[in-house]
Amino acid sequence: MKLTINGTEHEVDVEDDMPLLWVLRDELKLTGTKYGCGIAQCGACTVHMDGLAVRSCQVAASTAEGTEIMTIEGLGTPETLHAVQEAWVEHQVAQCGYCQSGQVMQAASLLDLNPEPTDEDIDIVMGGNLCRCGTYSRIRAAVHTAAKKLQEA
Amino acid sequence: MGRLRTISRRGFLVGSLAVGGGVAFGTYMAQRPLANPLATAVADGEVTFNPWVVVSSDKVTLIGPHADKGQGVASSQAALIAEELDIEFGQFDVSFGVPSPAYYNTAMADEGVPFMSTDTSVAAETMRSIMGGVMKIVGMQGTGGSTTMPDSYHKLRYAGAVARETLKQAASQKTGVPVEQLSTKAGAVHMPDGSSLAYTELAGIAATLAPVERVTLRDPSEFRLIGKPMQRLDIVGKSTGTTTYGIDAEVDGMVHATVVVNPCKGGPLEGYDDSVAKSMRGVKSILPVTSGVAVVADNTWRAFRAAEAIEFKWGSAPYPDEQQEHWNEIASSFTDERLDSVWRDDGDVDAAGSEKIIEAEYKSPYVAHQPLEPMNAIVLVTDDQVEVWTGHQVPILLQQQVASVTGHTADQVIFHNFYIGGSFGHRLEFDYVKQAAEIANQMRGTPVKMTYSREVDFAQDFPRHISMARGRAQVENGQVKSVDLQIAAPSPINSQMGRIGIAVPGPDSQIPAGAWNNPYALENFRMRAYRAPELGPTSSWRAVGAPGAGFFFDCLLDEAIHEAGADPMEERIRLMQHDVSRKALEAAAEMSDWGSPLAENQGKGVAFVESFGVPTVEVVQVTNTEFGIKIDKVWVACDVGRVIDPINFENLVQGGVVFGLGHAMNCEITYAKGMAEQSNFHQHEGMRIWQTPEIIVKGLENGEKVRGIGEPPVPPAAPALANAIFAATGIRLREMPFNKFVDFV
Repeated sequence: MKLTINGTEHEVDVEDDMPLLWVLRDELKLTGTKYGCGIAQCGACTVHMDGLAVRSCQVAASTAEGTEIMTIEGLGTPETLHAVQEAWVEHQVAQCGYCQSGQVMQAASLLDLNPEPTDEDIDIVMGGNLCRCGTYSRIRAAVHTAAKKLQEA
Repeated sequence: MGRLRTISRRGFLVGSLAVGGGVAFGTYMAQRPLANPLATAVADGEVTFNPWVVVSSDKVTLIGPHADKGQGVASSQAALIAEELDIEFGQFDVSFGVPSPAYYNTAMADEGVPFMSTDTSVAAETMRSIMGGVMKIVGMQGTGGSTTMPDSYHKLRYAGAVARETLKQAASQKTGVPVEQLSTKAGAVHMPDGSSLAYTELAGIAATLAPVERVTLRDPSEFRLIGKPMQRLDIVGKSTGTTTYGIDAEVDGMVHATVVVNPCKGGPLEGYDDSVAKSMRGVKSILPVTSGVAVVADNTWRAFRAAEAIEFKWGSAPYPDEQQEHWNEIASSFTDERLDSVWRDDGDVDAAGSEKIIEAEYKSPYVAHQPLEPMNAIVLVTDDQVEVWTGHQVPILLQQQVASVTGHTADQVIFHNFYIGGSFGHRLEFDYVKQAAEIANQMRGTPVKMTYSREVDFAQDFPRHISMARGRAQVENGQVKSVDLQIAAPSPINSQMGRIGIAVPGPDSQIPAGAWNNPYALENFRMRAYRAPELGPTSSWRAVGAPGAGFFFDCLLDEAIHEAGADPMEERIRLMQHDVSRKALEAAAEMSDWGSPLAENQGKGVAFVESFGVPTVEVVQVTNTEFGIKIDKVWVACDVGRVIDPINFENLVQGGVVFGLGHAMNCEITYAKGMAEQSNFHQHEGMRIWQTPEIIVKGLENGEKVRGIGEPPVPPAAPALANAIFAATGIRLREMPFNKFVDFV
């Protein structure tokens, strides 16, 4: 089957029901997307499918076929950071950092849909992304900073 | 006298630790310098001055041997070296290094001595020194107990200074300019004429010189880096998904595997049917491992799916099947036979005034570690060596444990450490690495990446120990007169060390940790710890004993203060005899505007718990809404002697508060039929962003010793929340998790 990831088409030989997460990680070696729970409880595997944040552990490969998938690797790179990533760096959000790919992808999607979120908006949309280290205060602040950056851009 | 008994039994521990490490005890060994593990690895033209600094012709590498599981120590260790080496962030590489006794932890033993951290008497310091010597002899390189900064603060700055002075010597030799006229800045030696030589240009000459060992460390007033905001070295990687964790590592020719091990932990595998699984797509083989099987496949998900298709017949657990039986065993442990130690016996709790007597019983449940990166390891076994790629906190013991599985010697085990996606204590354990080694040993020559499913991670976790307390306090004339606290628990240290064959005789200091050692001047204070037999296997969970015992002590004290009619903050301050701790209480009172009017349905609670030498005060404010308790705001004041990086410090304290509150609110592991009933985060959730209050942090620097901040913010969170809920509702919460009794919004 053919999957379009970060603008590049990949031919993969996988079962229809293999979760996109494992196609990304083990077949395409795109390991920025993380496995945390496998049941949509933690958000570490969040990617964009046709511009919307989804839990890649819940998206079957066959469902992803024909869509545009973007992973953390496609959002920005260390050399060319996305505004959300710039904000994440400025606020030094990460501790262990394992959930942060998913947090960043969820935040980028939130700001696409809602360029000026309130704390309450952030709490609702980011509520599915677990951070075991407890960096939530910084996540909230960084989303506001990213919103400003995107508005000014 | 309990203390004396404790000390003599701890003396036994000194000997046994040495034996556990397989090395004889002796003063000579403790004083001998340890070999630099970098010395044999440096190439021509490279120079190493000590185990922490390597300079080659093209780069400077700083070694931070403490594992980074999110606490930012890769950066803060480098900062300590860079401070004296006069090199800037961006001018050096960092490495976790190789396992070596040279990286033995000089601070880890402090928590094991039976003296309060506030006790700086000769006896206490002597005992710490002896225990430190033992750690050196056994070469105990390890990360834990919030010891990275205490261990590193002096020695890494010294390592940087030695490297700097030797590089100046090399520059002097090359240019003929006397050393006294040379200065260093930004990775280079500067000559009086304005010219400079980069350290990398001096590597070759420096390699021919003996390191300059007599150096003077700079006064803190001259610090460029320490105490100033830093940008963590890993922050860009972790914001872009480019940091490689162990679970992301790739080795040529690697296969993917997972294990299913008896969820009745320690019970046998009695049989299994893999007829469906073995013919599933991508499955290469199904192999035995201790108490379970491994599925080896070409993709992790295929391994998970095949593992789910295996039917197992499990033998029963070596501990009681049902949770209530665990509690019953703890409840029946308050007996003379099970007395582990009397940790405090000040005054006479029985003779104190008895105007009012408060009696209460408290419970603290099993709680899982569950860092977000599931346990995983890559192992490659060949006939003459073993290579391991994973994140771990105790590298030398890991080598020994892996060698015991594969039949190699420990020095044949090569270990590559990684940034770790959280630990909270789980990465001190060895089972996941040993299981990967068991698989790889049956497929020599093929690298095997073993990944736990989240469900297996829950099932095989070694949670925080359960414990119970019975407290009795007396008040008189508006003051707390006596506190008599008894805590019963199985020994987490015995369980943890027992899994690697190390016996730890003597009382377990983690049963009463956070309760016995609080430096209050209570006239009458007795603290007795009782040792229940091991039930379910347990382990060190962030802050170990203090989250449970600190909850018991502080809540009992709060109840007594309330009965006395005193103010919770004022009475704690009145009772506090330790100056540094009292200042932390006063700072928290000021920050939180303690005593200011609140709405009818609001309440503030304060808690003080000292753990790992850090007096930590937390004030929690809650509102009792119609939908449940809302946590409005938290204030934290704690004293670590010196804050290394104020940004990371604030982040770690805020995270510790979230961790402490979240688990107190809604987490526990319970057993049914010998198995943990919780299998994923929907049943053991912790705190979410919408529940997270504003958390104001103040790091104080009145303490004499430099302390770590990874764990100390956790223990006061639960009692501060319970005390706040009481203030808002009148409901006393004496058992975690609190959502059994109140709702949270």
